[in-house]
Amino acid sequence: MSTGHIVVVGASLAGLRAAEALRDEGFTGGLTLIGDEPYLPYDRPPLSKAVLSGRLSEEHIELPQLRTIDARWLLGVAATGLDRPHQQVILADGGRIGFDKLLIATGTRARPWPVAAGDAPRGVHLLRGRDDAATLHAALKAGPRRVLVIGGGFTGSEVASSCRDLGLAVTLTHRGAAPLSGALGSTLAHFTIGLHRDAGVDLRVATTVDALDSDETGQLRRARLSDGSAVDIDVAVVALGAVSNIAWLAGSGLLTDHHGLRCDATCRVYTTEGGFADGTYAAGDVAYWPHPLYHDRLVRLEHWGNAIEQARVAAHNMVHDSGELRTHDQLPSFWSNQFGVNIKAIGLPTAADQVVITQGSPAERKFVAAYGQKDRLVGALAVNSPRVLDGYAALIQARAPFPPILNAPDAPTDHDPLPAGFPQTLASTTARH
Amino acid sequence: MTTKPPVQLRIVVDLNRCQSYGQCVFAAPTVFRFHGEELLEYDYAPGERVRAEVERAATACPVQAIALGTPATKASR
Repeated sequence: MSTGHIVVVGASLAGLRAAEALRDEGFTGGLTLIGDEPYLPYDRPPLSKAVLSGRLSEEHIELPQLRTIDARWLLGVAATGLDRPHQQVILADGGRIGFDKLLIATGTRARPWPVAAGDAPRGVHLLRGRDDAATLHAALKAGPRRVLVIGGGFTGSEVASSCRDLGLAVTLTHRGAAPLSGALGSTLAHFTIGLHRDAGVDLRVATTVDALDSDETGQLRRARLSDGSAVDIDVAVVALGAVSNIAWLAGSGLLTDHHGLRCDATCRVYTTEGGFADGTYAAGDVAYWPHPLYHDRLVRLEHWGNAIEQARVAAHNMVHDSGELRTHDQLPSFWSNQFGVNIKAIGLPTAADQVVITQGSPAERKFVAAYGQKDRLVGALAVNSPRVLDGYAALIQARAPFPPILNAPDAPTDHDPLPAGFPQTLASTTARH
Repeated sequence: MTTKPPVQLRIVVDLNRCQSYGQCVFAAPTVFRFHGEELLEYDYAPGERVRAEVERAATACPVQAIALGTPATKASR
């Protein structure tokens, strides 16, 4: 379809790159972008790093537009419903936007602290968007006695790192055995314990927060932890992951679950009845889809690179819907910068049952490791070793065996595989339609 | 009171692609720098005055990780 009207719900990285890709693919019809934040698209990764530490202001991180898109932008307007029979997106102000085709790129929001709204103390922060980052940065500049970061995933670890850059006392609690254990597995994540502690973070692993206590004015003053201790704090940052923005699709007949919006590897969205929703596509953090490189394992990737590439695949398929559809099978890739260390990973570490250090040494904070699932290489991790991953990527895509035979000159002497240290879960069932 | 020129040049670096070769730092040292050994830090809105250096940085990057564009705008463009 090269004419008609396309509506993109979600005006962040995936939405913007989809709009550009639609024009690249030859779409000449009308284009509307709807975004609930009142801002033009901006880059989220710096929010936990350079914006928090003050190196960049939150206005400074707006994303470049890479080509003309000739679109109508409805910003600061939330989509609150989808009327599929009438092909209209329903907005918070009651307005309705008609579409011939629809791309859903509404992303995620930060998982909130589990108390009723209004019961959370002042001083408890989430970090997902520009406004969150500006508010949190101001709270940190005010010089709190101590900051509590709840959750040691990528966001939490980066926030702790930025707090130390600001010279603030910070305690980080993490449910798992080591920060980043959810993403990297507890075996390889172990090296991050030293990163935090050497930087002066009061790191509490295998620890959760039982309660946040406030004073008589409602200001946060103390946290009570599962290890029985209490910490006096003025600021808490809740970094417990992200949840998909799919509530607006309730009742629309599109297939969603607690993970996200179900689509196939061509970005076409499923209905609750089992077929595809006509002209309806998904891209970015909101999408939950089968990855062809991993035996159609259902994944929801919160990766920057996935938002861009999935948006491009969706755009191609929206325009060339009667021709050959592209499959979104890009090798996943993500990074984190924290405590002066560059961490890069490719593939799907969470699919692994074993790991092996292939180069360097965790003790020196410069190493490469491979992830394996039942004798097959499924991912790789590079710490302060950013130039090695192309070779590992080629091996993964060639379905190379694990452990990989590399004969690297900096291979450790002990190269026996170890358990990866991910929680044992049932393998995802693939819903084939 | 001096008026600042409008920001026209905006960039973003694909930090998945980036492998810290640092050619960008050589080409445009006021825009790109390393933090520690391997972390790239950069200015998303470096200003028109350094456009030539930024274009050279983008060309010099061995992995083509630097994308140049314009500010997104709500005006139909």
